[in-house]
Amino acid sequence: MSFIGKSFRHGIHPPGNKEQTAGLPIRRLAFPPRLVVHLDQFIGRQARPIVRRGQEVARGEPIAEADGFMSLPLFAPATGTVRDIRLMPSARGPRSMAIIIDVREASSQRVRWARPVDDPEGMTPEELIGAIQNTGISGLGGAAFPMHVKYAVPEGASPPDVLVANGAECEPWLSADHRVMLERPDDLLAGIRIALRASGAKRAVIGIEDNKPDAARVLREHIGGDDPISVELVETKYPQGAEKMLIYALLGRKVPAGGLPRDVGVVVSNVGSLAALGYLLPRGEGLIERVVTVAGPGVERPGNYIVPIGTPAGFVLREAGLRSANAEVIFGGPMMGLDVPELDVPVTMGVSGILVKERPPEARRVWPCIRCARCVDACPMLLNPSQLGLLARAARYEEMAERYNLMDCFECGCCAYVCPSNIPLVQYFRVAKIINREKAMREA
Amino acid sequence: MKNGPQIELRPSPHIHAPRDVVVIMRNVVLATLPLIAFYVWQFGLSAIAHVAVITITCLLAERLANRLLGQASTLGDYSAVITALLLALTVPPSLPLWMGAVGAAAAIGLGKAFFGGLGLNVFNPALVGRAFITAAFPVAVNAWPPAYWEGRFSGFFPTTFTAPLMTPPDLGAWAAKANKAVDAVSGATPLAQMKFAHAQQSAIDLFLHADAGNVTGPPAILIMLCGLYLAFRRMLDWRIPVSIMAFAAAFSAVFWLADPARYPDPLFVLASGGLMLGAWFMATDMVGSPVTPRGVVIYGALIAVVTVVIRLFGGMAEGVMYAILLGNAAAPLIDQYTTPRPFGARRGKKGGEDGP
Repeated sequence: MSFIGKSFRHGIHPPGNKEQTAGLPIRRLAFPPRLVVHLDQFIGRQARPIVRRGQEVARGEPIAEADGFMSLPLFAPATGTVRDIRLMPSARGPRSMAIIIDVREASSQRVRWARPVDDPEGMTPEELIGAIQNTGISGLGGAAFPMHVKYAVPEGASPPDVLVANGAECEPWLSADHRVMLERPDDLLAGIRIALRASGAKRAVIGIEDNKPDAARVLREHIGGDDPISVELVETKYPQGAEKMLIYALLGRKVPAGGLPRDVGVVVSNVGSLAALGYLLPRGEGLIERVVTVAGPGVERPGNYIVPIGTPAGFVLREAGLRSANAEVIFGGPMMGLDVPELDVPVTMGVSGILVKERPPEARRVWPCIRCARCVDACPMLLNPSQLGLLARAARYEEMAERYNLMDCFECGCCAYVCPSNIPLVQYFRVAKIINREKAMREA
Repeated sequence: MKNGPQIELRPSPHIHAPRDVVVIMRNVVLATLPLIAFYVWQFGLSAIAHVAVITITCLLAERLANRLLGQASTLGDYSAVITALLLALTVPPSLPLWMGAVGAAAAIGLGKAFFGGLGLNVFNPALVGRAFITAAFPVAVNAWPPAYWEGRFSGFFPTTFTAPLMTPPDLGAWAAKANKAVDAVSGATPLAQMKFAHAQQSAIDLFLHADAGNVTGPPAILIMLCGLYLAFRRMLDWRIPVSIMAFAAAFSAVFWLADPARYPDPLFVLASGGLMLGAWFMATDMVGSPVTPRGVVIYGALIAVVTVVIRLFGGMAEGVMYAILLGNAAAPLIDQYTTPRPFGARRGKKGGEDGP
């Protein structure tokens, strides 16, 4: 907590609950018997499978290729046999195509496949962007946006001048990024150097919430004398890790409504993604695993685990120990994470945490909006969630977008968190956006 | 999912601030209790009966409204209790009990249920009840009994048990007979004296008024302290009372500086009548007040200016009630015109102006 610290306006201070896992070193999980690698686990066009049923794959071998620039390749997270390629349930709800791999027993943790890059130091930005795409990294912070796309400068545009490495990790309970910064500072800094060259940015700022001073200290010790990289502490406040909030806190620049960080000369990547980049690109390997915080009151052995992409949530929780059968399992943090419908759904690139809560006996009573304005004072986008909520109740969805800037809402959940009437505001806004989008598509 | 137990999926966020409506309302009741206690200390048994009848009527009316509207019971949210306590504080304790009951029924029925219940009411229900009483029983509502009457804990005011639809006895005559020591003239509240007799009481006395005989409820200082408790617990928007007090003081200061003999000083304006109770407990009613940061300040200014104009130039001695009702009515409009500019929005873009 600091009053003079770098920050943004509004926001909330939920209990952090990071101490459960922040002090525990990253550990490796065993392979599950079966992996489910979804082809659409990142934003963009889904990957095209290049393996067939029954084919043997080695750990690290490509199993799907990128379908154009706005897409990524996928790699086999473990050695085994392709069992099938079919629709499988995912955490997001609808079933989508996935490559199912039966993991060979006693499969080793060694990566069996690599396409080493010659002289990464001598690559042009275009070549680097291609190499980044070949690592198959999408944003590991949760949004799962293909990393290389952010760094590519659109024609006619000037390159960004600042790369922001997002180490805020503002979601309660999560500590995966914290551990990565502590344990893999060299990978992270290597990744930042690559990203600087690929994007054309002149300098990098690592933004870290001030509840992680140890991470800032470690990174400062590892930054070289001629690195244009600095570490800045920002106030511990949710949603400090939202890119618009973090850019404003660090640089005082406001990303225009409906715009991208690029519009103010900034490109943002999560520290976990950058550390993966710094490790994978020089070795010519692809992304096959990620660090996941497994935490919450329902877990017996909470911690940060390296989980192969495609590992079913149930397997991770069996390894970490589930206290009760009546648990609510959430992918991501408690503020923006998704309730998992069944334990078969696999961990994807965007899953930064698995949170296990006791399932509350009944839903909280919803009272009418009493216009207390707590939501107005919490909204980091300076919207009027109270009014938006009332309009949503009246099904006036278009007015929400046209007059009350619904589309600026990024569903951080601050309004619903503070609402004393327990109104599911974020859910209202999601529904309103979907209905508006469907209407626009019908009219188009 | 097909064969397993039914799983209820909940949307994010999956955690929630511990405070809900009931906690907030319960604290407002808690903050009002010292005022009620002081009111009872000032006016005795009649005040107890007065508060009890109004509270019971409000709760019964709320329950009936729930039935008629087909809602689950909302007695547990304390909002009807708040309405009752505030209504009780704004009318004289000598008000015949049946009039209090009528006012309480109007507060819940017309002020709240008519609009659809909690959250949907346009006006502060307690003030709707007060306005109803003012319109229906103008004489009784303006007759304040003497405070600190010696016999207050052994007897009732003669008006208390007036039968419904009967004219209550003359409180002024009774007061003159009952207690010569107390210089109480029925109806001559400090504001009325200022207005109609140009006799101004000291503002400091009004703020603390430990034993003034012609007071109309708990002292301003106590109301402020109770309000501050809520403000510090963030259960009341401090910007509203601050805005009302600041604008009321500033606006009345203009007249006072121009002609101190004719117009009251700003401190008197703040300490007298219902301004403190209105500013801290009525105007802050969340349902009727704006939600935008600039809106609450404008709302406070509107209430302050209307109050002062009515007090100085209107036909009535007091104007807080009408000022707040007007403010309630204007709140949605104020909100519309003060919608904050979203983060990153360009100046002049539709959907509002710059937030503060």
